[in-house]
Amino acid sequence: MSRQHVVILGNGITGITVARHIRKHSDDRITVVSGESDHHFSRTALMYIYMGDLTYSDTKAYEDEFWPKNRIELKRAWVERIETTGKKLIFDDGAALDYDSLIVATGSKPVRFGWPGQDLDGVQSLYSIQDVELMEKASARTKRTVIVGGGLIGVEVAEMLASRGIEVVFLVREANFWGTVLPEGEAKLVAREIHRHGIDLRPNSELREILPDALRRVRAVVTKAGEEIPCEMVFLTTGVAPNIAVAKAAGIECDRGVLVDPFFRTSVVDVYSGGDCAQHRVVPTGRRPVEQVWYTGRIHGEHIAANLCGKLQPYAPGIWFNSAKFFDIEYQTYGIVLPKLAEGEASFYWEHPEGNKCCRINFDQATGSVLGVNVFGLRQRHEVWEAWIAKRTPIQEVMRDLAAANFDPEFYRQYEASIIASFNAAYPGHTVELRTKKGLFSGFMKQFKKPVH
Amino acid sequence: MIDLSHRKVYESHSIANSGSRLSILEKAGLAIFGIGMLLMVAGWLGGTSIATGGWQSTWLWTTWGAIIAGGLMYALKKHLKTPPGIRNNRMTTDSLTGRGAVGWMVAVVFTSFYVVLYWFPDYMEGIVRLHDPLSMALRGKPADRWLVYGTFYTVAVLVMGAKAILKYRHSRYQIIRTLSIMIAQLGLAYLLPAFLAKINQPEVYLSYLWPLAYDKLFPSSVESFMKAGAFGYFVIGWFVVGTLIATPVLTYFYGKRWYCSWICGCGGLANTMGDSYRHLSDKSLKSWKIERWMIHSVLVWIVLMTALLWMEPNLPAAFKEPLYKLRQWYGFLIGAAFAGVAGVGFYPLLGTRVWCRFGCPMAAILGMFQRFNSRFRITTNGGQCISCGNCSKYCEMGIDVRYYAQRGQNIIRGSCVGCGMCAAVCPRGVLSLENGPTEERYNNENGLSQLGEFKSR
Repeated sequence: MSRQHVVILGNGITGITVARHIRKHSDDRITVVSGESDHHFSRTALMYIYMGDLTYSDTKAYEDEFWPKNRIELKRAWVERIETTGKKLIFDDGAALDYDSLIVATGSKPVRFGWPGQDLDGVQSLYSIQDVELMEKASARTKRTVIVGGGLIGVEVAEMLASRGIEVVFLVREANFWGTVLPEGEAKLVAREIHRHGIDLRPNSELREILPDALRRVRAVVTKAGEEIPCEMVFLTTGVAPNIAVAKAAGIECDRGVLVDPFFRTSVVDVYSGGDCAQHRVVPTGRRPVEQVWYTGRIHGEHIAANLCGKLQPYAPGIWFNSAKFFDIEYQTYGIVLPKLAEGEASFYWEHPEGNKCCRINFDQATGSVLGVNVFGLRQRHEVWEAWIAKRTPIQEVMRDLAAANFDPEFYRQYEASIIASFNAAYPGHTVELRTKKGLFSGFMKQFKKPVH
Repeated sequence: MIDLSHRKVYESHSIANSGSRLSILEKAGLAIFGIGMLLMVAGWLGGTSIATGGWQSTWLWTTWGAIIAGGLMYALKKHLKTPPGIRNNRMTTDSLTGRGAVGWMVAVVFTSFYVVLYWFPDYMEGIVRLHDPLSMALRGKPADRWLVYGTFYTVAVLVMGAKAILKYRHSRYQIIRTLSIMIAQLGLAYLLPAFLAKINQPEVYLSYLWPLAYDKLFPSSVESFMKAGAFGYFVIGWFVVGTLIATPVLTYFYGKRWYCSWICGCGGLANTMGDSYRHLSDKSLKSWKIERWMIHSVLVWIVLMTALLWMEPNLPAAFKEPLYKLRQWYGFLIGAAFAGVAGVGFYPLLGTRVWCRFGCPMAAILGMFQRFNSRFRITTNGGQCISCGNCSKYCEMGIDVRYYAQRGQNIIRGSCVGCGMCAAVCPRGVLSLENGPTEERYNNENGLSQLGEFKSR
């Protein structure tokens, strides 16, 4: 393949994955364009900068020398428009950049629902470095903050503010925390954890408007119930939407996101899109049309790179997985666990008596095959669960070998016996006994090792 | 109108995070600790007159009592006011832990202490005399500067060890490991040598193996142990077995951590007193390059020198004088300046494992076994890494853990001391210290890429 110029719009995980993987397989000229930062950094680590665990430069996943060494050019600029006919980008300073292939990986942007006062000083979201800088500035004069929207970003913001001793009132529309994703048991566990950290979590609460002071700064919010809560900052964490303005203006076909086929090609030839901003025309089973997590961004990036290198790979994301941390409780999920059971599904739920650890395994009622797992406060081995779910392993077998999936540190208390006892109590029909030992000694692990390439 | 009932709910949370503000108990703890330190300095300056005045014991116990009680009080309150879990907030912004003015001051104080200890012992007369009652009780003879140093060292490991246990109380690995280094320090490196001195045996620190304790296998040391009779032979056996047998065998099964972060006093101090400085280690590729050159050069130096010293009787006369000089320079440059002054003095500037990482020849040997013949590895859990950088940041050995984790690779590095902190700070449960079959130790990248041969590498 002749040497082409690949221009990647956005230096997030998707764009950077594309760049790295193309470099491994080809000699193409690669340019990554970002208006936000000179270098790729971990967006998920922004909270640690504010809390003082990390500095900004710690969040850069590669040393600055990595880019010239791998001949990946970085350009810091905002793109004004894309000219798909002339195949060039026009930047806000008027400069232009030609491309042979373009990857639109512009991520997403926080959504605002047109609340009165949503543009006042002191109202913000958490998405970019600039948001953290804004937050840092406003924190000094802030005693109380209201967070609107109960999801992963909201809980991160709550933890950040609590670390500075700022009082937090957390308005959540649903009765259960992150109720669009979590079943009730897990949602309640998370709510308890949020309370434990001194956050005033208020379910069934919605924002009506934000009130200004004389300087057009936030003075208070008013909830739909009519309650006025004085505060100096408001965080809108009600979700993100694909950032498609530039693509749309260029005539690339968009719906909620930039529409892509299974090869991540957009409606315009030689323009690809992936990550948060893309929307699948053909949605793989069990997936959403717009996937906005770190891991899918990376997987999209790998696919785009393969396709650009001539190794056509239709999107095959494999078994779903995700993870997060709610204050001190880690969460991992593998496979599909819906907030409400689907037809024909059964669910086994175990919770530690202290209420800070739990495990939910969903399985097919008829065959017993496991479909997905949620764990809170327990670490599980990715490859083991992936194989169990892919092979549609019956739940009894999973239970028996549950210790093989234990990824907690050494000397940690092991809960498999307790989990199995509770399973046996719930399903007296088939009594299961723990068979495998934890860790790499078990020999059980062997069957999950893929052959070395 | 704000509904005050919610406000009450908030205040009723006893563990509501108070940000950076110190509570009264923390302030009191620091004050008591400070009084102890002042008494120590006063005792140092007036040690000899206190000794002749006859209230030496009272002074000494009050001083150490205040330091220990104040330190524990501060540590207890500081860590128990927040729920168990990783709390590294403000580490990068605090003046003490973020290379600020306070950090620099601490570095100057630590460094000065070591300079005086090694090269100006005469200035220590006051503080040495102050410790006579303690030395008489433990060793049955008057104090010397090493008893004073050992007391400081052990108290630091114990008090700050208690603090580390409180900070990491959610992790049984950290609790057990910290207890191990505390017990090793107190028993093997403090009470046992003191007891040996009392019964007129060689005052030997069994927890420091050759070549970290570089002179332990020098002919002169071996000879003097042999003169000490049965116990002396036991000591020689201990060091030979420790270096030649325990090191390869235990490292094969558990990695070098069995020594570096479970027994060794250098690691012990780093993981207790130095814990708040662990993130200051340099993670760059360049520092890794420097590290490999330096640590292996020291290893070559000490191994060659030990061998030459054994061959000394057969060496031509012209070689002898340079050999003695070489030994002297090793003691000065490596034994004192590197391991002591820079190793501990620069904690607040370069992190806690400067010596362990760049200098310790024992670590170099353990590292080679760990790298090439061990069941130990840090496993990366499939594709769950989010590249946040906490693992690299809090690696005291300056390993860029994230480099491997974000590629789905296991971490197998000679320098890893197995402190387990990368796994502890990881917010996604991606890392785990494991011992297992040596085949496929490197892995694997399972779960990271669905694209067959088109994999991350």
